Amino acid sequence: MVEHGDIRVVHRGGSKINFREPVITHDSRYLLCASGECVKVFSTSTEECIHDLRGHTGLVTGVLLKPSNHLQVYSCSADGTVRLWDYTDGILIKTYVIGCPVYSICASANHEGVIFIVTPMLSDKRSDLFQLVAVDLPQSGDQLVEARELSAVLSDVSSNPAAIVFGRGGEYIASANGLHLEVYFFKKQKSYRFSLKEDNKKGGKNTVTCVACHPKDDCIATGHEDGKIRLWRNFNHKKEYTYSTLHWHHSAVSSLCFTPEGTNLLSGGMESVLVQWRYNQESERDFLPRLGSAITHITVSPDGALFCTSHSDNKITIIQSCVKVSAVIQGLVKGESVRTDMMVDPRSKSLVLNGKPGHLQFYSLPRDKLLYNLDIVQQEYIHESGLEQFEVVKAAFDASGSWLATVEERKQKDAELELNLKLWAFDEQTQSFVLNTTISAPHEARITAMCFCHATDSQTTMLVSTSKDGHFKAWQLVSDRALYRKAEFGPSWSCDFVGAYHGLVPECCCFSADGSLLAVSFQEVVTVWSPASWELLTTLSQPPKAVRDLCFGRLSCSKYLLGTTANNLLCCWNLLTCSLEWSTSMDISLLLADPLTENMAAFCCQAGSTDLFVFKPSEPRPVFSQKAVCSGKVTRAVFAPREEMLESCEESSQWLNHSQLYFLTPYMDLMTFTTKAEEDRLMASSKQLVIDDSVAMTPFYLLLGKHRQQEDADPLSGLSAERRPLPQCSVAIKELLQTPAHVLPSTSFLCSMFVQSLLISVTNGRSVETKHVEEEMESEKEEEDSEGEMESSTQRPEQASLGGQAAPALTKAQLRELKRVKKLDHSWFPGLLHS
Amino acid sequence: MASFKPTKVQVYPKLGEKVTQDTLYWKNYKAPVQIKEFGAITNIDFSPVAPHNFAVTAFTRIHIYGPFSQEPVKTFTRFKDTAYCGRFRSDGQLLVAGCEDSVVRLFDVSGKVALRMFKGHTKAVHITDFTSDRYQILTGSDDYTCRLWDIPNATELNTYQEHTDYIRCGVTSKLNRDLFITGSYDHTLKLFDARADKSVMTMDHGQPVESLLLYPSEGLLVSAGGRHVKVWDLLKGGQPLVSLKNHHKTVTCLCLSSSGHRLLSASLDRHVKVYNTTNYKVVHNFDYAASILSLALAPDDESIVVGMTNSILSIKHRKSLDESKEISGQQRRQPSYRVFVKGKNYVPKQDDYLVSKPVKQHLAKYDKQLKKFNVSKALDTALETWTRLRKPEITVAVIKELDRRGTLKNALAGRDEQGLARLLNFLIGNVVDPRFAPVLVTAAEMILDIYQSVIGQSSVVDRQLLRLQELLEREIDYQQDLLEVLGMLDTMFASSLPRKEVNLHLSKRKTESINSDREEDAVGQ
Repeated sequence: MVEHGDIRVVHRGGSKINFREPVITHDSRYLLCASGECVKVFSTSTEECIHDLRGHTGLVTGVLLKPSNHLQVYSCSADGTVRLWDYTDGILIKTYVIGCPVYSICASANHEGVIFIVTPMLSDKRSDLFQLVAVDLPQSGDQLVEARELSAVLSDVSSNPAAIVFGRGGEYIASANGLHLEVYFFKKQKSYRFSLKEDNKKGGKNTVTCVACHPKDDCIATGHEDGKIRLWRNFNHKKEYTYSTLHWHHSAVSSLCFTPEGTNLLSGGMESVLVQWRYNQESERDFLPRLGSAITHITVSPDGALFCTSHSDNKITIIQSCVKVSAVIQGLVKGESVRTDMMVDPRSKSLVLNGKPGHLQFYSLPRDKLLYNLDIVQQEYIHESGLEQFEVVKAAFDASGSWLATVEERKQKDAELELNLKLWAFDEQTQSFVLNTTISAPHEARITAMCFCHATDSQTTMLVSTSKDGHFKAWQLVSDRALYRKAEFGPSWSCDFVGAYHGLVPECCCFSADGSLLAVSFQEVVTVWSPASWELLTTLSQPPKAVRDLCFGRLSCSKYLLGTTANNLLCCWNLLTCSLEWSTSMDISLLLADPLTENMAAFCCQAGSTDLFVFKPSEPRPVFSQKAVCSGKVTRAVFAPREEMLESCEESSQWLNHSQLYFLTPYMDLMTFTTKAEEDRLMASSKQLVIDDSVAMTPFYLLLGKHRQQEDADPLSGLSAERRPLPQCSVAIKELLQTPAHVLPSTSFLCSMFVQSLLISVTNGRSVETKHVEEEMESEKEEEDSEGEMESSTQRPEQASLGGQAAPALTKAQLRELKRVKKLDHSWFPGLLHS
Repeated sequence: MASFKPTKVQVYPKLGEKVTQDTLYWKNYKAPVQIKEFGAITNIDFSPVAPHNFAVTAFTRIHIYGPFSQEPVKTFTRFKDTAYCGRFRSDGQLLVAGCEDSVVRLFDVSGKVALRMFKGHTKAVHITDFTSDRYQILTGSDDYTCRLWDIPNATELNTYQEHTDYIRCGVTSKLNRDLFITGSYDHTLKLFDARADKSVMTMDHGQPVESLLLYPSEGLLVSAGGRHVKVWDLLKGGQPLVSLKNHHKTVTCLCLSSSGHRLLSASLDRHVKVYNTTNYKVVHNFDYAASILSLALAPDDESIVVGMTNSILSIKHRKSLDESKEISGQQRRQPSYRVFVKGKNYVPKQDDYLVSKPVKQHLAKYDKQLKKFNVSKALDTALETWTRLRKPEITVAVIKELDRRGTLKNALAGRDEQGLARLLNFLIGNVVDPRFAPVLVTAAEMILDIYQSVIGQSSVVDRQLLRLQELLEREIDYQQDLLEVLGMLDTMFASSLPRKEVNLHLSKRKTESINSDREEDAVGQ
């Protein structure tokens, strides 16, 4: 075995953003949400992720704005800590150690210095009983603080964060668990408990799923499993409480929320419709339908202008006052299983797999961002549980990425299988795939495998599909002019050949790299066909078990055909001699070939965990192997070509130079392999990207920023040249003029500087140069200083005085200072000028 | 917020013949004008000069019709017996015709009485024609001879006695005054040169020759006899080029379209077939009511004239250009120009703030109802008479969509007798259609499930159920027969292929048979 100290398996992207309720900041510019082990800060206007607040070592279970300081945010995690962050700069301020896993967090302005968290009952950690605990946060300057003053408020609460809520400015707290609603009044130190019957007459379930409190009124809204919403009033009496019922949802209400003024109540559920009820006029409702998938959380911004809904497909939608969807933040959609293989789109180099029901998602791996969803099924999705809908089960790209083939199927209990094979052409104008041909019922039974001919030089594009009906079919792109077709019909796909072998069921198919051979496995027999003449060239077999996976070697190993069988055998056939070259006993769950190199990866399932072997078919020793990559069986993986080749000299990590191996664990985590060098590089680049800036980082900003940086560099180079730049285009003057007056030094001081900058220099080039070198050194020093300050990152860098130099051109540090100053609000300035 | 995705109506490939340029061309004729003659129409000939009158030879008369008249403009009746083969001279002034009484008559088109009578044949003369120099006449007769006559002197110039059976067709060269070809019931075609005493070329057709046609270039000769149409290359010494067998009865007449790119053949099987003269494939087909004896195309294909054994003359005129356009224009009156440009021609000024109107999605009525989850109403809309009869695929698509939404049962239930009858009517019409069967079978099962309890209460519904059952039984028998044929074919293929992979594309009929089996179960319930 080869040692691989520097290659590790890392999590790569696609974490959940819909796990907990997102938080909108006071100025409505940012959206914070828990995502795996970090908190993500998104811009509400550009949908771009600005910061990752990293530091937790467990799943983040709650995010909450600090009631007393709206620029800070609490986050709680299953690692037993609550952390306080400055979200604008992405800085960790404090860590409070609680000592036991925290499941949710809430706080109220009424209770300063206290946060309420949900923890398991301390007595028995294994039980499903949770309690609400008030934590007094110690006031100390240390970063790491242990919070010891815990006092239980309510016991037997739900771990669902939607089931605990403060009412009316923090006077009471309402908590729901199962069929009970409990209200605790802080002043009276008394709690009231209300219960519902288990089942009403019609069989609806009364279990409470979520709670919301009216901000001004004494009213608690509870959502129930049967789709009803109850409004509780007069609950400060044990007996005389009342409730009214609202019913629109047909399945469980998953989230409820009052708007800040209390005029509206928002509710959402499985139907993916946001319902807005008028408070006190409940018959009037507004709907925002077709939000894509089931609503899991609803939040409203503090000013009530923005609504924000989380959805079950890992999506956050930002809505402007129940009228218009203004932004969609979409993460990698992960269903229960990925039916299609993971693929890489040759054009956009994005990862392609099942997304929303009936969609394929294109996910950019380097940017960790969903590019778009391609609607394959093109049918209205009905949000109802227990309904059989069309699912995309197979997809394949051709070598150039100009064709995409998809198979969708729908199987009802007793009805026939409905199958559609769709072929999509890439449209250069719209830069997306356009449906070209739909073949309904391409086979009589389920399609087991599908592949495109990957030869880049071939004249015709060919697709082969194998099916359980015992046939494999070759589909070809034909453009028949002879059929008197009108010009608007372009070429379309039609069946070219139907093949079978002794009535056996074909399981997998594979084209050789040059497209001259097609291998189709029929149970234990591998048949090799020539796609040019559709002649059966040879059959290979390694009895007695069925072939599971087939793969041709690439490049120098293209004479090899590899297959795995059900009796844990990996076989390698030499196609020149038509004989078995070697075979080894391994329980391989997945075999795949790197399209750019000869390497092949085999995921091997052993004793509950998966091992990875990377090898070349021609060499007996594996290039790389790693034990226990993850637990469980890996069934989906893909080699994603790198954008730029890695320069790695180490033999063990050379297989990662051309492409990167991504795989999905059974728990739907996307993992990859990286080398140490690459990680370092990534870290460095991410540091560069951190912006000391409150402006949302948009592509436009990055573009402009680069331009700015070049401009920054320009005056220095201009100075070093013989000719000085003309005063009009001097950056110093420009900056001077653009800077607001109130931050500039006194005019008398500036005057001499300004006049000097207007003078045409008579000093010879050399003296300028030496002077300039001095300046540069100085500026570099300053730069270092400021960087040091930023890294310590407790305070913003102090404003350096402008009077440091009287030089005509400002140094880099000064320029940066000016720029920073410029970013302050000076919108009043043009107003002044006009008046 | 995505917009509502409308129900997808599957586009099925159109059954029947493909629409080609040829079908468009040959279908572009008006409904035929039919004229009753006195007997079987044996010959039709168009005058080569405008206004292209045509002579129709039927029984003892020859009628001359104008291009658009339905009444004859001229009639020649001075025949003692059945007249044959009335043909115009190339200047359109003279007309020659044979007769059962063996006399050949020459008429002036404007006169009534025969100008000349050529006597010499001993039996009926079936074929007459002018030579290209316009001074001679070729005749062929049942006395096995063909003769050349001089028009001015009314004398016989030459007699050829080479055929051994009736001469029933002949044609003179338009380019050479001495050449002519005759075809006879002795299965041969003979090319004669008036300068020589004997035939210069003989071709064997294989069947009694009924009709002859020379290409305008006169390099190719087409002969019709029996069920065959044969093309001969005269320049290669009478080499057979193609043999076409597209009719199932004797081919009686041949004709060439004005462009020379299409060949028409008419037959006793009541069809006229149009061939492409480059590859000799049939590109179009006309059907007539009776066996066709004669066929002629007006210059520029302006009209097709067909004479039949039931003595009916059918004339089809070509639609004029604006006429064919008019039909589409008449169907829908379009709003005036002003309605369209209202507000559209306003150009925004520089300072104007443009508020773009959201594009309103147009939805069909059933889609609007589906959007509101009004499932029964959507099904009612899809079952409206026009949709049901003209666009069954829409009805099926809506049923399929309802099934996908899991609400088909709700939509089908709660119907009164009339509604149910309409539904069953649709099922009876479409359930055996292989395109719709998978969807409609589930619907039929559901209907039977839902309305099981009320069977017997309405005679209308009961009758329809019985009809449905009958239909399915017939379909099952049919499928069984097909499966048997398929099995036979399989064995034949298997035995004919020499130890190679058998790659059979199983026909879709197999699935249908499975469907129908299921239908049977449904009815059985």
